[in-house]
This record gives sequence, structure tokens and C-alpha cells, in this order.
Amino acid sequence: MNMEVDELLPILEAIIYVADLPVKRDQFREILPDESSDKIELALARLVDEFNSRPGGMIIREVAGGLKMTTRPEYHEHVRAYLKTKPSAKLSMASLETLAVVAYRQPVTLAEILAIRGKKSSTALKTLLEKKLVAIVGRKPVVGRPILYGTSREFLIHFGLKDLSDLPTLEEFAEIAGERL
Amino acid sequence: MDSNNLLDSQGESSTASTITIKLDGFEGPLDLLLHLLKREEIDIWNIPIARITEQYLEYLQLMKDLNINVAGEWLVMAATLIHIKSRMLLPPDPVAATPEASDDPRTDLVYQLLEHQKFKNAAQMLYTREEVENAVWSSPPREVLEGEKDVVAVSLFDLLKAFHDIVKRFEAQRALELGGEEVSIDEKIAEIRRLLLIHDSMVFSAFFARSPSKHHLIVTFLALLELVRLHEIWLYQLKSFDEIHISKGKR
Repeated sequence: MNMEVDELLPILEAIIYVADLPVKRDQFREILPDESSDKIELALARLVDEFNSRPGGMIIREVAGGLKMTTRPEYHEHVRAYLKTKPSAKLSMASLETLAVVAYRQPVTLAEILAIRGKKSSTALKTLLEKKLVAIVGRKPVVGRPILYGTSREFLIHFGLKDLSDLPTLEEFAEIAGERL
Repeated sequence: MDSNNLLDSQGESSTASTITIKLDGFEGPLDLLLHLLKREEIDIWNIPIARITEQYLEYLQLMKDLNINVAGEWLVMAATLIHIKSRMLLPPDPVAATPEASDDPRTDLVYQLLEHQKFKNAAQMLYTREEVENAVWSSPPREVLEGEKDVVAVSLFDLLKAFHDIVKRFEAQRALELGGEEVSIDEKIAEIRRLLLIHDSMVFSAFFARSPSKHHLIVTFLALLELVRLHEIWLYQLKSFDEIHISKGKR
């Protein structure tokens, strides 16, 4: 059967609601095999636009190459009060710096991370691997075949990024660096 | 150097002289230099190297006095600073064609500092993003009832057949087998686990795609069987005789 875009909207919304991971484009296509990609894309764009322009407590966001429905950050205090949770453990500055190097220089070896940070980073890297924010992506074809590290899909989800190109460029930080020094 | 978590007291010895304090990975020599530049409001493009070297060495001495375990990179930086300082004392080479700015012995260090500052700023950005992500919630992962997924469990025969096909295809493609390096089942298991960090599910044959030898094929197959036994992965087909998929977790 062939549906109108209007009919697709609530279906897509319901799927995004039940999913625990961001729903990717091809997952929508798989569920709606009779509908063209263009039509699904159009419906998704309208859904996101309509859903997010409504001043509700929820928002649909583009994360890790898919769509995810979350609460709006501005209501975190009340949600937290209801859930009786504290802000979860955050990453240390050392881990975040190491992660930044991996994110911008991937695929990267431990020695290359050391050269950029000017200090040993194996502990921070281990934490990142345990948290699955960083994954081993291969080995560098040089003597010793050192392990290459890169960021994972979990990294995108953890930091609410669409994809890696969603990160500001490193040059943007250079401007800030120049101003501050 | 003003953060408490820098000093991480190890051991519970009573005398101060036997307490060794390990410097946490949090701050390194580049951080100290940036800290000094900021504190003294120094233009990064014109670092008074003698003054900075002196202050850097003072900090190093302080760390030694406090019994902080000074890692090698701190000494390397001290040597670099002293080297730059001595080169700055030399008169410019009169034979050199033009006294270029790039001849400045400080240049490399300045770029290293700027690069380091960029990543520090990037880390700050990640910190802010994490803060925002910690303030949102989505519907919690729900338990999908077992068997709801409309798939067919893979029988041992399907599995052996699939492996047999892979070996046959391999033999047809390669007239001569290259020696290649040996690989252990443990190594292979580790490799598969890494792959599954990135992918939730994969096609069975994909694991064998780039095997250099028959030995590799067999080790890969055994590693997969072991992971099934450990309930780390499970195998399914969308329909009987279809391609075998490997998925994370237990069925």
C-alpha cells in the first residue's frame, strides 16, 4: 500500500518513541518497504519540524546517524527529582582531553596521543575503552604494527552528536586558543 | 598545579620521606607551561624563555621536594627549555641569507603549546556536551521478549555448511597459500569482540573475508563457537538456509 506523507508521520513518531537507540534511515525503510526513500525523508523532516516546534517536554534529535526522542534538557531538574537520580559520573578532564585527541586525530596510536598531549595517556585511554567511547579500529602498517584507536558509535550517542562532522573543527578552537593566550 | 586530585598519596607510611606522591595523568609539562604563560600574561609569540625556564625548573624542584614522582616527560621538557634558552643566547648566523622567523628556536614549542591548547578547548567542548546529555532522558531500553524477533535459530549443520562453503571459496580463490602469521583463538576472540563494539550484528561470512590462510579460517570459526558458548553472541537466520547473522548478547 502506498501512504500519504501525513499518514507516515505518526508511524515514524511511534517508532522513534519505542526505540532505545537512535533509529537510522535504513531501519525506517525496512519497516516501510512500500514507501520511497524520498517520501520517508520528507515525512521525517516534517515530523522533526512539527514535533520540535511544539513547546513540549520532548524533542526529537539527530544523534549518531539516527533519530532519537529525549526529554528537553531545560526540564532536567524536575525529571531528576522524579527519578531521584543524581547526575551520573562524568569523565575526568584527562579522559576528555585524550578523547578529544582520538576524536580529531583518528585513527591514532598511543604514541601519537603521547606526542600531542606531552604526557602518558594509557590510563585515560583504558577508561575510554572500558566505557566503549573509544574502540580499536585496526593496526598501523608500520614497524611494530601499533594499535589504532578511533571513536565508537557510543561516543556519538554519549555526546549527542549527529556524526563526526558535527564536531566543531579543531581550527575553531585555535581561534579561542589565540584569544586566551 | 592547583588541583587537589593531582596529588595522589600512595601507601600509608608514617614518615614523610617515604611517601611517594604520584602525579596523576591530569596535568603534564605542557599544562604547566600554559599555566605559567597565562599567569604571567605572556604573549605566546614572544615567550621570555629564560624567565619561563627558571619558573619551570622551580616547579620541578618543588615537585621533587614534595617527593612527587616526576615522570620522564617533565625532564625532557626541562632539557628542551634549556636547549632553547642556550640557542637564544647565540648570535644570529651571519652567513644565513635572511633571518627568518622560523629560525626562532621557540617556534616548535609554540606550535606544540597552541596544539595542546586546541585539544584542551576541544575537551572543554566535550565536557559541556556531556553536561547537556546528562540532562536528557529517553525511553529506557525495554526488554524485548525472547522469540519476538522473527528469526530462525541456526542449526549446527547450517553452520558447518556455511563454514565449508567459506573454505571452498577460499581454496578456489587462492592457488597458493601464503604462510602468513599464526593467530591464536584468544587473539581472534579479542578481535571479534572489538568488531562487535562497533557493530550490533554482522554477517557470518564477513568474519572470514580477509583471512590470509586456512589456519586463520579455522581459528576464526573456533573463536566464534567459543563466543557462542560464552553467550556473548548468538547466530540467526532471517529464514532457513538464508545467510547466517551474528548478533551480540544471548538469545
